[in-house]
Order: sequence, then structure tokens, then C-alpha cells
Amino acid sequence: MVFLEFEKPLEVLYEQLEKLQQVGDEGEIDVTEMIKMLENKIKNKRKEIYSNLTGWQKVQLSRHPERPYTFYYIKQMCRKFVELHGDRYYADDKAIVGGIGSLDGQTVVILGQQKGVNTKMRQYRNFGMANPEGYRKALRLMKLAERFGFPVVTLIDTPGAYPGLEAEERGQAEAIARNLFEMAQLKVPIVSVVIGEGASGGAIGIGLGDRVFMLENTWYSVISPESCSSILWRSWDYKEQAAEALKLTADDMYEFGLIDGIIKEPMGGAHSNPEEMAKMLKRHIKKAISELQEMSEDERIDARIEKYSKMGEYSIISEEEIVNENDKK
Amino acid sequence: MGWFKRLKDGIQTATRNKKEAPEGLWYKCKRCKETSTMKEMKDNFLKCPKCNYHARIGSYDYFDIIFDGTYTELFSELRSKDPLNFTDLKPYTKRLDEAYKKNDVSDAITVAHGKVNRKALVIAAMDFKFIGGSMGSVVGQRIANAIDYCIETRTPLLIISKSGGARMMEAAYSLMQLPKTSAKLTLLAKHKIPYISLMTDPTTGGVTASFAMLGDINIAEPEALIGFAGPRVIKETIKKDLPDGFQTSEFLLEHGFLDFIVDRKDLKETLSDLLYFFDETRPANAS
Repeated sequence: MVFLEFEKPLEVLYEQLEKLQQVGDEGEIDVTEMIKMLENKIKNKRKEIYSNLTGWQKVQLSRHPERPYTFYYIKQMCRKFVELHGDRYYADDKAIVGGIGSLDGQTVVILGQQKGVNTKMRQYRNFGMANPEGYRKALRLMKLAERFGFPVVTLIDTPGAYPGLEAEERGQAEAIARNLFEMAQLKVPIVSVVIGEGASGGAIGIGLGDRVFMLENTWYSVISPESCSSILWRSWDYKEQAAEALKLTADDMYEFGLIDGIIKEPMGGAHSNPEEMAKMLKRHIKKAISELQEMSEDERIDARIEKYSKMGEYSIISEEEIVNENDKK
Repeated sequence: MGWFKRLKDGIQTATRNKKEAPEGLWYKCKRCKETSTMKEMKDNFLKCPKCNYHARIGSYDYFDIIFDGTYTELFSELRSKDPLNFTDLKPYTKRLDEAYKKNDVSDAITVAHGKVNRKALVIAAMDFKFIGGSMGSVVGQRIANAIDYCIETRTPLLIISKSGGARMMEAAYSLMQLPKTSAKLTLLAKHKIPYISLMTDPTTGGVTASFAMLGDINIAEPEALIGFAGPRVIKETIKKDLPDGFQTSEFLLEHGFLDFIVDRKDLKETLSDLLYFFDETRPANAS
């Protein structure tokens, strides 16, 4: 088991439990009662820790090395799934994966960023940072879905679009912008879920949807707390403050009306019970799809554009105030 | 005793906050370091008379260059809020106050309706001096309003981008201006109203990854920095020096992301030509 910094009290308890179990295995003393007590203590401690997570702690959880990634969810949710590769222009991006699958009989196109499960795979998946080909592959699959009337599911988990030299040459910005433009008018339902990290343009590039959800311990922001710290505080040391200031948690995002719902994670995070997590995710996605299928194409597109048109907080001043301002200048 | 006297009272701009396109009598080029008179520079479309460097200029400068004289400013009643109560080294509200004091614009984009050689055009011009030309809710909303206005009045739209990217102090709100502006642009396209995107120095981040790259025609001023990630971030990521001319207008043209590059002195006539082609009131264009 991997324990995060803020889980240290749990680690201590687990160590005690292990020792106790050893004593029990040696068979000289009956420790059943004590084990039960300790397990209870662990359960309570976990609850205590997890009911008061800070923004930064959620960021850490979203990056937990044991956290399930896109392929895990696809395989758990879809009895049948065929992966489809390539953008048909340049290459097959390994950081965005996708294909056709079946959600209890409903054919869907499902895609998302994929992080690697070990050191070698992390490199192979470019840490979930897509190049333009990834966004273009995603768009190709979405257009395929549109042609055949399949709903689209996108799973977001990225520290950002890849900031590389070739990515710029091949139009990283254009690829993301194009996806936003096309997704706004896509004729089929789009359900997006942030399952880990939702960093900026790299996330939104597959994240414009009729329904956008976040798993409980994920984050969504215009910039990672680390980069925000380095730019605004001019030092890498303020990531905790930046995480708080950015208000990037699922609760914040829901309160701002920038996402449509939060999907609860099992106690201890998605990785503590991935199967249960996948079941919950599937339930939410299926429900959203069936709601969206009740709308007509036009209704859905209008509602989608209307939803995004409302996103923003600004004030409106009076003509008098404008005149006053101009006089001052 | 300085050589130059301040004509206006109450100007207390720190040296590092000095405007890039200066007001005074002299203009010192950022690139070639040569000095010209301000008049020479203005007569040269606010470019360096010595090396043709396209100085970073403000929203109103573009209106003056492009429009036939008068124009009407639109949506100037929108003002930034601080929805997150954001504080880094400074509170966001303080940054906003400073930006209002320092600038003639009321946010990082200004919208106006005017004529270009007697053909109507709506221009939304960004301004780098206002918090790095960053895109927050007001920038997104002014663009959204401009698009609605263009649809209502069937007027072509020009957006002049000049931005460091999204406005971090509005975090997710600023991120959502990417889908918002892009989604609104699909409505403009559906109504067959032309959208010209002019990228100027610099156009990076969320602005490039949304409306800037979505023009029916994408054009840029010479030698502008245009990209998704900033050069410093790329350099740190790949741990190699970047080639000369990387992420310039010329680089983007070469890689197929721009229709053409336009010198500022030709900007008005070029736009006028484009507007002529698209002009739906011309009998020859009537379908």
C-alpha cells in the first residue's frame, strides 16, 4: 500500500495491525478482539482524515499512484470494447486512448487520457500529456460516434497538454480549439468525467460536454497548483496556497455551476475500492446518457451552448459610472 | 531636474510598468534599440521606423488604424469580478484596480463597431497591458456579446488576439471561457458570418487554444510570438534550446496554421479586401 503524506497516521495503524496479526499467527495469544478494535480505529481514522481534505490533499489523491486510470474504467464498465488507434493524419497518440464499447448493450464511443501504471508505461503514455494527434484522434472518434448516433463518453485525467516542440509544430492549440468548436455542435450526447487531474486546455480539449462530472477527489483548473505557484508567487514553494486559492476541487466547481455533478468516491479514495468506483461511475454515465437521449439533437446542442454561454462572473456598471471613469482619464 | 516634464498630474507609474508603446516624444525600439520620434513612429503605423518592429499597441490604437474615423464602443459596461476571492502576492481586486488606473481600457479586450472603407466591421481587440491580456470572464463575455451583436446586425467579426493566456486569478471561470467562446463561434459560423482572427505579439495559452485559432481566416502580424505553451515552459520540458524563429508568425505560416502574415501598414486595406469578398450585400454575392 502507498500512503500519502496526510495518511501517515493510517500507516502507523496499519503497521500495528500487521504486527498484531503476526502475533496472532504465532498462535500463543488470542488477538481477535484487539484486531477488531484496531480495524475499527483505522476505519474511524480514515473517515476523519477523508472528511476534511484540503485542496492540495485532493490534488495529491488525484495523482495517487494506485488510482485507477481510463482503461481500468473502460474494462470494468464495458463488457465488450475495441480500442481504435490513430488520428489518420500523423500518428497514434498514446496519451489519449479510445474506442467503441458497450455499456450494458448501449454502444458508446469512449475515450480519455491514459496514464501509465508503472515507470516504463508512464513514459510510454507520456504521463497522460497528449500531443495534437491525441486530440485529433479523439475528434475522429467523436465524429465516428456522431455518424452512427453513438453517445460519447470522455474521461479526463491529465496534468496538461504536452508542452513540447513538435506539439507546437503540429498545432497543439489548433487541435484543442478545433475540438471545442466541433464538440459544441456534436449531434450526439457527450458525457465527460474528470477521473483524476483536470489541468487546463489539455483537459478541456476533450471536456466540453452536455454533462460534466467530477469524481470527488479530483481537481479541475486553468493551471496546476505548482505552475500557478511558480508564476504568481515566483517560487515553487506555494503549491498548497495556490491549490487553495484556485478553488479547484469538485465541491468548488459544483458550487460555481461549472460542472453538473460530483460522483462520490469510496471512503479512502477511488483506489481503495476501484471496482466500487467503476460501478458508481457507470451508473452516473448511464443515467446521464439516457436523460440526454430523451432530448432532440437540436435541443441538446442549444442547451449545451447555453450552458457554456452562462459560465463567467462579471458585474455590469451604469452609464453614469462609465462617464465618470472616462472623465478621470 | 529631468529633461522632460510630466504634463499630466498624478502619474506614478513605476519604471517596470511603463507602457511598451509610449506616449511622450521619443520612441525607443525594444528590438533594435534605435530611437525615433513618436511622430515618425505613429506615421509608420506604430512600428519602429528603423527596423519595422511591430510594437505592442493597445485596443484603441488598432481601432484608429483600422476604422474609418469614428466607431462605437460596445459592452464597456462589463467589469471583472473576483469570484474566488483570489489572493497571491496581491489580492486580485488590487491587481484590477491598478490595471484600471494604468490603462485606458476597462479590461483585456475592447469591442467596437465601425467601418472599414465604408464596410461595417466589429472588432474585438485585446490589450496586453491589462493584466497581460489575460482572458477572464469579461473577455469571454465581451466576445460572446460581440458574436450575438454580429449575428443580429449581420456584421463580420475581427478578433485581434494579444494575450498571455487565461487569467489565473479567475481559475476555472477563465478556463471555461475556452469552451464558451468556441461554442459561440459555432453560432457565428452557422449564420455564415465571416470571422477573421488576427494574432499579434504575443498570442499564447488559452486564447490560442480557443478563438484565436478558429478564424475562417487566420492571419498574424510579422514576427509575433504565437503558441500554446510559452517558450520557457517548453524549454524546461524538453531541456533543449529552441530553434531560432520557433513559435513566430513565420513559423506558424510555414506549418500551415496561418493564411498569411500582414504588415500593420497593409492591415486596413487587406481587411477591406477580405470584407469585399465576403460582402453579402453585393449583388454578385446574392445567392
